[in-house]
Amino acid sequence: MTQKPISTGSEWTFPLIQEYDQVISQIAQEYRLDTYPNQIEIISSEQMMDAYSSIGMPLGYHHWSYGKQFLQTQQNYQRGFMGLAYEIVINSSPCIAYLMEENTMPMQALVIAHACYGHNSFFKNNYLFKTWTDATAIIDYLVFAKQYVTQCEERYGVREVERILDSCHALQNYGVDRYKRPSPISAAEELARQEEREAYQQQQVNLLWRTIPVPEGKETQQEKRTFPSEPQENILYFIEKNAPLLEPWQRELVRIVRKLAQYFYPQRQTQVMNEGWASFWHYTLMNEMYNRGYITEGFMMEFLASHSAVVYQPPYDSKYYSGLNPYTLGFNIYRDLKRMCENPTDEDREWFPDLAGKDWLDTLHFAMENFKDESFIQQFLSPKVMRDMHLFAVYDDEDESEYEISAIHDEQGYRKVRALLAEQYNLSMREPNIQVVDVNLRGDRSLTLRHTRHNNIPLDKDAEKVLKHAHRLWGFDVHLESCQGNEVRQRLHMPPRDMTPEQALEEGLKYV
Amino acid sequence: MNSYVIDRRLNGKNKSAVNRRRFLERYRKHIKKAVNEAVNKRSITDMEHGESISIPSEDISEPVFGHGRGGKRNIINPGNKEFRSGDRIRKPKGGGGGQGQGSGDAANSGEGLDDFTFNITQDEFLEFLFEDLELPNLVRKELKEMSDHVYRHAGFTSQGVPNRINIVRSLRNAHARRIALSGKSRRRLKELKALVEQELEKDEVLRDALSLLAWQEEIERLDQKIRRMPFIDDFDLRFNRNERVPVPSNAAVMFCLMDVSGSMTQNTKDMAKRFFLLLYMFLRRNYEKIEVVFIRHHTSAKEVDEEEFFYSRETGGTIVSSALKMMGEVINERYPPNAWNIYAAQASDGDNWNDDSPQCRELLAKAIMPLVQYYSYIEITPRDHQALWHAYEDVQAAFPDQFAMEQIIDPSDIYPVFRQLFQRKTT
Repeated sequence: MTQKPISTGSEWTFPLIQEYDQVISQIAQEYRLDTYPNQIEIISSEQMMDAYSSIGMPLGYHHWSYGKQFLQTQQNYQRGFMGLAYEIVINSSPCIAYLMEENTMPMQALVIAHACYGHNSFFKNNYLFKTWTDATAIIDYLVFAKQYVTQCEERYGVREVERILDSCHALQNYGVDRYKRPSPISAAEELARQEEREAYQQQQVNLLWRTIPVPEGKETQQEKRTFPSEPQENILYFIEKNAPLLEPWQRELVRIVRKLAQYFYPQRQTQVMNEGWASFWHYTLMNEMYNRGYITEGFMMEFLASHSAVVYQPPYDSKYYSGLNPYTLGFNIYRDLKRMCENPTDEDREWFPDLAGKDWLDTLHFAMENFKDESFIQQFLSPKVMRDMHLFAVYDDEDESEYEISAIHDEQGYRKVRALLAEQYNLSMREPNIQVVDVNLRGDRSLTLRHTRHNNIPLDKDAEKVLKHAHRLWGFDVHLESCQGNEVRQRLHMPPRDMTPEQALEEGLKYV
Repeated sequence: MNSYVIDRRLNGKNKSAVNRRRFLERYRKHIKKAVNEAVNKRSITDMEHGESISIPSEDISEPVFGHGRGGKRNIINPGNKEFRSGDRIRKPKGGGGGQGQGSGDAANSGEGLDDFTFNITQDEFLEFLFEDLELPNLVRKELKEMSDHVYRHAGFTSQGVPNRINIVRSLRNAHARRIALSGKSRRRLKELKALVEQELEKDEVLRDALSLLAWQEEIERLDQKIRRMPFIDDFDLRFNRNERVPVPSNAAVMFCLMDVSGSMTQNTKDMAKRFFLLLYMFLRRNYEKIEVVFIRHHTSAKEVDEEEFFYSRETGGTIVSSALKMMGEVINERYPPNAWNIYAAQASDGDNWNDDSPQCRELLAKAIMPLVQYYSYIEITPRDHQALWHAYEDVQAAFPDQFAMEQIIDPSDIYPVFRQLFQRKTT
């Protein structure tokens, strides 16, 4: 008996959504997609704009920058410069997915497959997410953060809180532990610990304030010891624990920003993998539904039109080009993985002897679970995908007057293109590598940051403004040295060296 | 595993309202500047909508550490058509631009150049426009004679017309009455039913057939009695009662007086119109109902409609007192001061027939000022003041709270002068 299609019109209804979701869920289970429970929320376009401006969080503390984001979204949307995303999905358990009411039924089905089964299973199974985020606790933590910030605003004034948050936001990309794994804790525990910390810190004597004289002989030995003993990559953490002048509530705010940055850290590192995975599955699930007769040809046509818009990659010389489309790249890699497992060519056998002819589902799950963008591309980008996308590398040296095409999609170039592309997705390539290297304990308590240059690429002009924020949090002078190898190429100081103490005071900078 | 589907559309859509307000608050200075500029730039007819505000993105950027230009880098691009490895391409002049930029880099520097632009609503526009301004002498009038009425809900009555029936109250009464009147019967009924039941539980031979029959008859009778009770009765009915309540008058009338003699150019009149418009919008934010009376004059005054007021040209001399006289007449005829808040704004280039100026002073001081809340006079002229100005100075000395005068030289003065006239007095 042939299956009757679930619906034929383009209007969606709640029962229909439920029915589609059930079918999709069933097929997804056959493909071993392991997900958190889903919570599908239907929202209007205005609400979608709200969701946009709070980085998709269902609730966040209040801050003017979110208002700015909202105005920007609203402006662009109303002028028709941009459409809104069809969905937003949140890494939480249950996994919350927002669907726009304007979507047609085929769109809603696509989005359910994409977000509720694609992204959701990625959140639950990718090692980075497993290590760094706790999906069950995030909503509670957001509630805690919002309440805490509100309390602080009531006690210390909106302006004061805003100043600290501004400064934390400037450094939030440096509020992340890249290697150490935190142990998950619940929101209740978090609250208890916060109170405990506050009480403890009140009693603490800060090492930085120590003025006890040191016996003569020992002095030289101590002089040599630097603090911190090793460079610290988590600048916000270092500030939270060591900034001499911060009040306990200010430290807690630093901590909140740091925790949220940590929560978003895996998303920033798995864009290609995550979007590619979700796109691969909406494509596969929809096709399977069509094969089994759950959806009609008309439905399939609309789906394919949307799908190809999502995974469209404009060429480098198109006016629509704005870098590589992570959906396309990810989708192509996963699709090619499947192809190589099912129909390997001689080239595949040579390049991927481990994959050719293996079970494709096992291979895909393995690829999704154990990598991040950088390693994923390095491991799985095949010559065929490079050829299909016509990838080529351009070398730009500031000292030369010409660009050089350093590699293209040919036999000599494959490895180089792949390596370069992987490096491009290395987060530390996208963000300058800046670490805390020294605090002048015996002198003016100034903080020194070191920027380790990659290929001699300097910092942009925002650096000085960020230093101002760092200075606000640290409370004493902040220095930044930008190094290529061991050679310091640029030094920045806050307050700037050419600023008189009076000017500094006017700018709100204390000079020591 | 079942998914939950939730309809969130009913939830508020203004989740970002607080953040948006924070943003406006933070950039208040910029927005106010833009609003001030907009007032002077806008065409006369469209004062009344929101405004697009631009803030240099320099001022509102949220700085983060990022890579600058320079150094050496490799960038992967898609869509190669003609390049082979080792090809060299000349960089476009002026650095940057073109294909050499990485994706992240292009986005950063591209955005940085534009201003940040957003819209504020009409309400917000007016709020910024009239911030710190207030209508002088507003309080006094509100406490004056109450001459207007509204109907307010005032309890319930047992008499009334059917369309005022309060159904909930009526049915509640009916229910209460039924409970009260049938209470005794129902209690007895319950007892009897219990007795019957008890009796029926006994073995058949032990039953008291006679009492059983009597009880059952009584049950029947009580049942009918309860059922006969009317479901709703006349005296259950309750009606909503309304009461006439006097309310303070919140109607205002605004008199626009303008000199249209030959010496007033269209340019001067435009400036006057802007001023009138500002005043009109400002009054409208404070009063529910506002009427405008246009009186123009050269040697004689005439009440006209808006179009004629601003755009028709006249020639000849100027007698200001004619307009003041007319204003007094209109007030007496149509706007009794105990019911209306009266505001007047007069615009002129300062020309007047010399002998008329003392007359104006008299008219204002004796006939007009006692009736109006506030009278503002603007003189649109770059020249020296003449007799009229000096006459008005005397009036101002006599009514310092109610009379204001300022000079306007070019359009950019209008808004500052307006603000000055209506500045909130801190005393």
